[in-house]
This record gives sequence, C-alpha cells and structure tokens, in this order.
Amino acid sequence: MKRRELLFIFALLAALVLVPLLASNLLINFLVTALIVALAAQGWNILGGLGGQISFGHAAFFGTGAYVTELLQLRFGVNAWLAALVGIGVAAALGWTIGAAVFRARLRGSYFALVTLAFAEVLRILANALEFTGGATGLLLKLQPGAAQFQFESRAVFAWIAIAVVGVVLLLTRHIANSRFGAQLVAVRENEDAARALGVDIIATKLRAITLSAAITASAGVLYVQYFLYLDAQIGYGTWISIEALLAAIIGGVGTVAGPVIGALALHALGELTKGFAGSITGIDLVIFGLLLVAAVAFAPAGIVGAWKRYVGGRRNA
Amino acid sequence: MNYPPAIIAEAMVNGLLTGSVYALVALGLTLVYGVLHIINFAHGALLTCAMFAVWALVTFTGISPYAAILPLALAFFAGGYVLQRYLIGPASHGDDSNILLVTLGLSIAIENALLAAFHADTRNLEGDFGFQVIELGPMLISRPKLIGFAAAVAVAGLLWLLLARTDTGRAIRAVAKEKLGARLMGIEVGHIYGVTFGIGCACLAVAACLLMPSFYVNPRVGNAFVLVAFTIVVLGGMGSVAGALLGGLFIGMVESLGGLLLGDSLGQLGIFVIFILVLLFRPTGLFGARA
Repeated sequence: MKRRELLFIFALLAALVLVPLLASNLLINFLVTALIVALAAQGWNILGGLGGQISFGHAAFFGTGAYVTELLQLRFGVNAWLAALVGIGVAAALGWTIGAAVFRARLRGSYFALVTLAFAEVLRILANALEFTGGATGLLLKLQPGAAQFQFESRAVFAWIAIAVVGVVLLLTRHIANSRFGAQLVAVRENEDAARALGVDIIATKLRAITLSAAITASAGVLYVQYFLYLDAQIGYGTWISIEALLAAIIGGVGTVAGPVIGALALHALGELTKGFAGSITGIDLVIFGLLLVAAVAFAPAGIVGAWKRYVGGRRNA
Repeated sequence: MNYPPAIIAEAMVNGLLTGSVYALVALGLTLVYGVLHIINFAHGALLTCAMFAVWALVTFTGISPYAAILPLALAFFAGGYVLQRYLIGPASHGDDSNILLVTLGLSIAIENALLAAFHADTRNLEGDFGFQVIELGPMLISRPKLIGFAAAVAVAGLLWLLLARTDTGRAIRAVAKEKLGARLMGIEVGHIYGVTFGIGCACLAVAACLLMPSFYVNPRVGNAFVLVAFTIVVLGGMGSVAGALLGGLFIGMVESLGGLLLGDSLGQLGIFVIFILVLLFRPTGLFGARA
C-alpha cells in the first residue's frame, strides 16, 4: 500500500511534467495557477489535515511570502532567489509567532479558525493602507527574464519549477506522515488529552506544524508573485487563497499525502468547465465549490482520495 | 488633529446607533452559539441575503422597509429552521469543526449565488431615507438610525422575554444547559436546535430591515458584518444576550471613533485587533457570562 502511494506520486508528477510540452500558453497558465493553489493547500494540510487545526487565514502566510519577496527586490534590490528564501523564512517566523500566541492561549476548533482569519484581515488592511506595500494600487515587479531573476521567457520552465516544488512537498508530506512527528500530530488531532497523557508536547507539536505549514504556503505566494509579477492586498492577503487552500485540501482528501494536489487540480478543472458552460455569470463556479464543501463534509469526509481508496478496497474485497 | 467635542459626541452617538444594529446581528449569532455550541459562519451571508430580500421587497412592491419586518422575520425564521434541521444538522454528523466547514460552504455558495444573480453592483433603497436627520442640540442624528436603535433594543427585550417567560424559551435554555437531560424530559432537541437557528435568522431579517434605509447592499456586504459580529459575541461572552447588546454598542463606538481619528480603512483595524486581543487574553469575554 505504502509503495503504491509512492508510485502514484511519481506517476502524477510525470504526467504533470509532460503537460507543458504539449499544451498552449493558456493551459500552462491554468496549470501554474492550479499548482500554486495546490502548494498553498499542501501547506494548509500539514496543520489542518494532519494536525486538525482548521485555519481560515492561510492568506496571512501566502501574502507574507509574496510581499516580502517582491518588496525586497523592489525596495532594496535584493536578488530574487534570496528574496524568495527570506520571504519563506519571514512567513515561517510569522507562523511560529501566531502559533505561539494562539496555542498558548489554548484556542482551538472554531476559535482557532476565527483568530487566523482575523490575523489575515489585519495584514490585508495594513497592506492596503500603507504606502510602503504599494497601498491599494499594488506592486508591479519589473519584467526582466533570466534565471538569475527567477523569471523565465518560457512559461513551461516556470511550470516545471512549480511541479518540482509541489513534488518536493509531496515527498516531504509523505515523510512527515510516516514519521514520529506525524504520529504526534495525528494524536493531537484525535485527542489532545490522550496525546498529552502519552507524553506528547502539544504546544511544541502544533508550533512545528504551523511553522512548516506557513513556510509551504508562503512558497506558493513566492511562485505567484514571480509568475504574475503583480501583487495587491486583495491577492496577497484576501480570503480567496485561504478558502481555496482549505477547499482543495478537504475536497482532495484532508490529511492525505496527495489530496491537496488532486483537490486543487480537480477544483480548477471544474471551475474552468463551469465557466465554459455558464459563460459570463460570475460566481457560479464558487457556488458549486461551496456546495461541494458541504457535500464533502456530509458524504466524503476523506475527499476524493478517500473515496477512491474505498472504491479500490471494495473491489479488491469483492 | 484636534476635533471639537461636538464632532466627537456626534461620532459617538452615531456609533452607538450603528452599534445597536450590530448588536442585533450579534444576538442571533450568540443565541445559536449558546444553544447549539456552534459558530455559524454563514451568518454574514444570510444577512446579505436578508438585505437583498428587503431591497427587492421595497423596490418591487413599494412597501416601507419597516412594514417588511414582520413578514421577513417569519420567512427567515422558517428558512433558518429548515436549514438547520435538514441540512446543517445532518451534514455535520454532530462534529464541531464539521459544522464550521458546512456553514463556510453555505456562506460561499450563498454569497456567490447572490453575486451571480445581482452582480457586484451596490444598491440603495430609493427615497430620501439617507437625508432624514433630527437635530439634537448641536448634533445631527440620522432618523433611520434612531429608529434602528429603538427597534433593536425592543427586539432584544422581546428575545429576553421569549427566553425567560415562554415554554419554548425554557426548552431552549434547558437544551443549552444540559442536552441529554432535556431529551430525557421529553424535549425534542433537533426541533429546539431548528427553532433556535430560526430565531437567529429572524434577528438577521429584522437587522436587515433596520439597516437598509441608511446602508447599501452588495453580495459581499455580509463579510464586513460577520467578523464584527464575531468580535461582539466574543467580547460580550459567547452565548450571553446582554453581553451581545453591550458589546454591539461598544464596537459601534470603537468603529465610529476609529474611523474619525484614523480614517475608514484603518478604523476597521481596531475591531480586528480587539477581536484577537480578547480571544488571546480573555476568551470568556469582558462581561464574563458563561452560557
């Protein structure tokens, strides 16, 4: 079973790698956007899926990764790759800080969800109001293609980089899920009191999870800004990315290794399809996403991955 | 940046008046929390829905928004009952975080359905509601806001009477305190859950009727209210009716004064900061009431 999972991960990555070779720019755009959401969802899944701490505010980390990366380049002339690393580091530190405050105050469940949302909103309002962050007009990164600037003439190259990052995080997630840390996280999710009785340091475990989670989601923000070269408060800290990260992870399969990636690809494919059918009616794709979330919680708590495993398991037993 | 006392006083009174409608929104939220022990994330989207309903009723039938209070409150009570009893309850399998996700899904669906139906345009009620002011000493007070204040206080009183004096109210309080015991006494818990959720939605309908004469509606307007309402509920103590009322008035003033001193966009910041600080340092709320 474990080996099959690894095989599946490599098959998925190989299939994704082929897409940019065959596809038009439009399809590559679609792929990159879906992969960025997948990456944000992978980050969300470490904390929300494995650790059971449902966040409504992962935009805080996505936006911080994006803003720090762009501001360092624009305002201080820092090299793009270095800026990206610092961006991820700052977001991880932010994750740790928020975690330290929130977990020490023993906020969990709905309270945790709401307080993360509030943190993201505070950052959104600040980024929108301050001149340093470009205010309401946003920030435009200068187009200067070149590997040293983390910008590429060919969209395909960028897609491959995104695939590579998603692949690394897939393997990392698989490693965590099978590690002692992963077991401790799941124990915290299932029953904090029992986990504490067994000697798990609850706060330290959650802190590790939120820090890692923030770093992964921040890398999605970095990719966003390096690909689209534009950022404003609504993109960086808006609720859209918090919601999409959560949706992709839950619909794909919360707490599973490949769930967030499958969920993000499936949701974006579905989104394009509904846009194709419903055309100019804005919002209709999100109506379907919202109803899907309700349906997933009601009927498929382990998402697409869980439903597939049950289907395969059922066939093998028959 | 020195303001004459009259302007500050006017901002405070206006904040108090706006706060009363916030309190009404928060009342519904806190009641549902106190009884069902769930956070209804769809509260904001349902408020948007109610505001569009008021707009449509007034625009197409020409009745006064205040005449729409009773029919809309009844319709939203029924809708809320059905939503809780036949959708949210069964879909979430009684799990706390599931309820949060189900109501989040509902709020996304409702908000975007409204966006698809009405587009992103902002709408007002026709008429001169916005210009009706009453002079109170040196201050100019908006008439619809004053009516809203009186009505919000009246509704809070009615709600208190309902909870304290009627059999339904007793059943609601019994379920809030001790679910199993209430069931053993022959109270149908699923029904009481539905009724409570329905009352929460009816509060939203009333709030929408009171808001519309002095406010606008667009598909995202509920978002602005939802975190404000959560802040009020947390501030007043989860599940406390009196706390929601006082918290609402307080937050209304903070927003109004913050807007005056810091500008509108940063004024909102104060609310979120209060929310975070209260949750971190005093999660039982300032008034300390526990449901």
